[in-house]
Amino acid sequence: MGQDREPIIQVRNLTAGYGDDLILDDLSFDVYRGEILVILGGSGCGKSTLLRHMIGLEEPDSGSVLIDGEDVVTTSGADRDRLLRKFGVTFQTGALFGSMTLLENVRLPLEEFTDLPDDAIDLVARMNLELVGLREFLSHMPAELSGGMQKRAAIARALALDPQILFMDEPSAGLDPITSAGLDELILSLAHNLGTTFVVVTHELPSVLKIASRVIMLRAETKKIAAVGPPEELSEQKEDPWVWGFFNRQAETKKAGKRT
Amino acid sequence: MMTGPINETATLRAEQTDDGALTLRLAGRLDSTTCGRLWREVDQSLSGSPPTRAVIEAGEITYCDGSGIALLFNLKLRGLKAGVPVEIRSLRPEFQTLLDAFDEAAFAEAVAHAHKHVGLVEEVGKATVHVAGDVRFQITFLGELCAQLTGAILKPWSIRWKDALLVAERAGANAVGIVALIGFLFGLILAFSSAMPLRQYGAELYVSDLVALALARVLGPVVTAIVFAGRTGSAFAAELGTMKINNELDALDTMGLDSVRFLVVPRVLASVVVMPLLTVLANVAGLIGTALVILSLGFPMQAFLDRVQASTSATDWTLGLGKTLVYAALVSGVSCLRGLQTETGPSAVGVSATRAVVSSIVLIVIAEGVFSVMLHYTGI
Repeated sequence: MGQDREPIIQVRNLTAGYGDDLILDDLSFDVYRGEILVILGGSGCGKSTLLRHMIGLEEPDSGSVLIDGEDVVTTSGADRDRLLRKFGVTFQTGALFGSMTLLENVRLPLEEFTDLPDDAIDLVARMNLELVGLREFLSHMPAELSGGMQKRAAIARALALDPQILFMDEPSAGLDPITSAGLDELILSLAHNLGTTFVVVTHELPSVLKIASRVIMLRAETKKIAAVGPPEELSEQKEDPWVWGFFNRQAETKKAGKRT
Repeated sequence: MMTGPINETATLRAEQTDDGALTLRLAGRLDSTTCGRLWREVDQSLSGSPPTRAVIEAGEITYCDGSGIALLFNLKLRGLKAGVPVEIRSLRPEFQTLLDAFDEAAFAEAVAHAHKHVGLVEEVGKATVHVAGDVRFQITFLGELCAQLTGAILKPWSIRWKDALLVAERAGANAVGIVALIGFLFGLILAFSSAMPLRQYGAELYVSDLVALALARVLGPVVTAIVFAGRTGSAFAAELGTMKINNELDALDTMGLDSVRFLVVPRVLASVVVMPLLTVLANVAGLIGTALVILSLGFPMQAFLDRVQASTSATDWTLGLGKTLVYAALVSGVSCLRGLQTETGPSAVGVSATRAVVSSIVLIVIAEGVFSVMLHYTGI
C-alpha cells in the first residue's frame, strides 16, 4: 500500500476530561494517510473520549486536533462543512435514525450531499448495504434488527459518501466472529483499494492483530499513551508488563479491586 | 496513491461503431461529487436503441470510490437486464476488486424481491390481534394494580416509601407554582368574564357565588387533574418507557421483583396523596383571583367572603377533593400503563407520553361525567 508518511490527523497536547475528572493527559500523536490506526485500552481508559475529541464533538481542556491541517473545534462555516465531509463516523450503538428504513438511512447523506440521480442514490445505498451483508433488510426499520445488524447498517451509512477518514467506535463489539471477520476484510479492502484512513476504537484482539497498521494503547492509571507501534511489535515486547498482559490476555497480578 | 487534486474531474466519451457496439470511455476521478453528472451523461448515451454489445474502457479512471463503482455496476446491471454483453476493460486492479465484491445476478434478483405487499385481510387481522392484545394487557394491568394496591394497604411496610416520597416531591411540591398560577388565572378570568354580563342585572356580587361553587365542585379538581396529567402523567409514562427500552423492566422481572408493585404502586399512592393538596392550592388561588375582581368592582372583602360562605358548604369542597382521589388514581394508573406498554424505537417513549396524556384527559372527563350524573341523582 502506497503509504507516504504524511499525517492526516494531528493530535497535539490533548488534555481532556469531564468536569474535574481528568481522562486524557497531554496526548500527542499523528495518524498517517492510508493507515489503520487502532486505539486500544481497557474499559474506562478514555478510548471513546479520545475519539469524540478527534471528531470535534467535545472541546478539549487544552491542546488541539487538526484534520488535514484544520482544527476540528475552532473551524467554522464553509470550512467546517468541508472538514466534516472528509470523515465518517460510526458510533458504538449505531445511531441510525429510527424513523427511517435502513435504505433511507443510507440514502440520506447521498441525497443531502451529492447530485446523483435518484436511481443512482438507490444503487449506491443498496451496494453499501450489500457490502455489510444486509441485502435482505433494506426496508426494515432499525428497531426491527439486532444490535450487530444496526452496527453494520451504521457502517454502510458512514461509507455512503466514501470519506477519506473513517472513525469507528467499537465496530465489532457484539458481532459474531464470522461477521466480525467480514468487517475486518471490508476495512482492509477499503484501506488498500481506496486509501481510506481508519481510526478504530476496539478491544477485540484478533481483529486488532489482523487490521491494525499501528496501535496506540491508552492506560487509565496514567491517562497517557502507554505504547505506540505495530501490533506485532507490541505483542512481542517484554519491557512493559501491562502491554504484554493486554496482548496475552493476562490478568493484572497486583491487588484486585482497582479498575483497569 | 490517490493523493491527486480533489477537484480533478471525470469525463465520458461514447462511441457507437457500425456493427452496433457501444464504447464508453470513462476517465478521471469517479467519486460522489463527479458521478452525478457522469451518471446523467451515461443515461443519455444509452437512451438510443440498445447496442449489440458494450465495452467500457476504464483504463484512465484514476480514482473510483463507492459511487464510481456503483456507476460501473449499474452498467453491468443494465446489460444483464437488456441481454447486452458488457465488458469492462483495463480497470485498475484495486478498483476491480471493489467491483468484484458485487454479483449483478444476485443483485437484480434481490431488487425484484425487495417489495413485499401486505394485503388488506392481513392488515385487518394484524390490527385485530393488536387491539385484542392491548385490551388483554389493560385488564391484566388493572387486576394486578388492584391486587398490589390491596396488598400494599394491608402491609404498608412493604411499600417503597422512599420512591413514593420522591414521586410526591416531583409530582406535588414541584408543581405548586404552575398549579397556583393556573388556579389563580382561572378564578380571575372566570370572575371577570361572568361579571360583565351579570353587571347588566346589577348582580355582579353574585360572581362570587358562581365562581366559588364552580371551583369547589368541578373546576378546581378538573383543572388540577388536567395539569397533573400533562405534567406528571407524561413524566410517568416517559420514565417507565425509558426503563422498558433499557431492559430495566426485564431486569426487575428476572430478579423476581414485580414491576407493578415496584414502580406503579409508589406512583399511584404518591399521586393520590398530592392531588388533593394541589387541588386545595388551586382552589385557594382561584378564590384569590375572584376576590381581586370583586374588589376591583368596588365591593368590600367582607362581602366576598360572606357570599362564598353562603353559596358553598363544606360538603361542596370535600366532595371536590374526594373526586380528585379518583382522578389521581386514574391519571397515574393509566400513565404507568402507557409507560409499560412502550414499544421499541426512538419515538416509542414520545408516543407513550402522548398516549398517557390523552388517555388521562379522556378518563378525567368521563369520570367527571359519571360523578355529575351520580351527584344529580343522589341530590348532594
